[in-house]
Amino acid sequence: MEKDPTSAPFVRVQGLRKQFGDRQILRGVDLEIPRGITTVILGGSGAGKSVLLKHFNGLLHPDSGTVTVGGVDISGLSDRKLGDVRRRIGILFQDGALFDSMSVGANVAFPLYEAGERDKVTIAGKVAGALEKVGLAGEEEREPSKLSGGMRKRVALARAIVIRPECLLYDEPTTGLDPILSSTISELIQQLQEEFSLTSVVVTHDLAVMRAVADRVIFLNGGRVIFSGTPEQLKKSDDEAITRFLNA
Amino acid sequence: MKVLPERVGGVVFAILEWFGQVARLAVEVLGSILAGRIRFRLVLAQIASIGFGSQLVVIITGALTGAVFAAQVYFKFSELGLGAATGPVVSLAMCRELGPVLAGLMVAGRVGAAMTAEIGTMRVTEQIDALRAMGVHPVDYLVVPRAIAIVISMPILVAEAVAFGIGAADFITVRGFGVPEVWFWNQLKQFTGSEDILIGLIKGFFFGILIVLIACRQGLNTRGGAEGVGLATTRTVVFSSLAILTANLFLTMFLNYLFPLASVGG
Repeated sequence: MEKDPTSAPFVRVQGLRKQFGDRQILRGVDLEIPRGITTVILGGSGAGKSVLLKHFNGLLHPDSGTVTVGGVDISGLSDRKLGDVRRRIGILFQDGALFDSMSVGANVAFPLYEAGERDKVTIAGKVAGALEKVGLAGEEEREPSKLSGGMRKRVALARAIVIRPECLLYDEPTTGLDPILSSTISELIQQLQEEFSLTSVVVTHDLAVMRAVADRVIFLNGGRVIFSGTPEQLKKSDDEAITRFLNA
Repeated sequence: MKVLPERVGGVVFAILEWFGQVARLAVEVLGSILAGRIRFRLVLAQIASIGFGSQLVVIITGALTGAVFAAQVYFKFSELGLGAATGPVVSLAMCRELGPVLAGLMVAGRVGAAMTAEIGTMRVTEQIDALRAMGVHPVDYLVVPRAIAIVISMPILVAEAVAFGIGAADFITVRGFGVPEVWFWNQLKQFTGSEDILIGLIKGFFFGILIVLIACRQGLNTRGGAEGVGLATTRTVVFSSLAILTANLFLTMFLNYLFPLASVGG
């Protein structure tokens, strides 16, 4: 499918501000996440990337400003009213956030069950399919505590894609992984984006991931967006913070 | 450096905020139950964990307390020729006070701490965010099943603590000190009414609500890593124990007004 970033954006953020205690994390963020492509949100540690990402599915609410997802303003919606929007968006948390009390299969089946699917054969088929996509076929019975970091992330990815979301959010997908596993995860991000025409948002400080998957890049610094464009345009940027980050 | 009024104000605000969060959680739980958002499979699993899993510790506590209390009462009462009165004294104390309070404290220590540790760990490892991200409300999934399970389990656990306490008192008084069994039980039945048992069960019900609300509030608001989970767990045990003892005072006054002790055995 041809990538068309010109259609209405999937996420639109306007004037987003967020503060925790005395610490101002986001200081008026404006950005758009186009549909059907991979947008990488780049920035150093503490730049507010993960905080920003968690506004896209309402896990965090803005102190001021608006977040519109798929045409719905979710800024003031309560958890109960966010259910429909959230089911359209999958998220891969930094450490996977797998449910320790459940097996790998039960973790992946969880969103299906919550979406109302009760047929055991259908659930088993979809779980097997999702695990196969991430290279973990036949691992349903394993316990999350016995998996390596990379495997946990891949199981979490299988859980995120099993209900075929329109959008996938990745929070630091390669943190804590060695370069080979990082590259496997990057390949998976690309593969899933192409296969399902997903709108993907990847928060990372890993330049290798950015180079591997980004169609567009947003650079966050000091709680503000200081760049938005293609990876090629980013390379040519003469902004001091960006050049320092890229050459570090 | 903060001045004293500012510090006092901060503490007062934190206490009010804590009570507000517990009250809000209570309203959310009640709202979910009334709206029928109940996951029966999880309720059954929690009944097994809270109710079945706590039986041994509650039974042992009840039995040992009943035995020790009976011995102490007998030592003094026998000097006055009132050894047979040990039964009703132990029975009333177990039904009205010791059974519910001790069961409450044991459940707070065993179940409340486990609830906070589990929910707190889920909180700091983003598992609760994962639930929310999948459109699952944490209160519906984590708190409601535990709340229903504990209000079903607690009265049963209290009844067990009372029954084994009285049974142990019978063993000590009759087998140990030679009080005729018929005297022990006749006196006990004469001075113990169904309202005394009811008081214990009602207290158990309310203590269960306090434990689950405090434990889940602490778990859902856990911050930091393993240290935060440890702190939240300790606070659950301390706060719920204090809440049980404080609520017990008010419940005793209120329930004694409803079921006056003086009228028992008239």
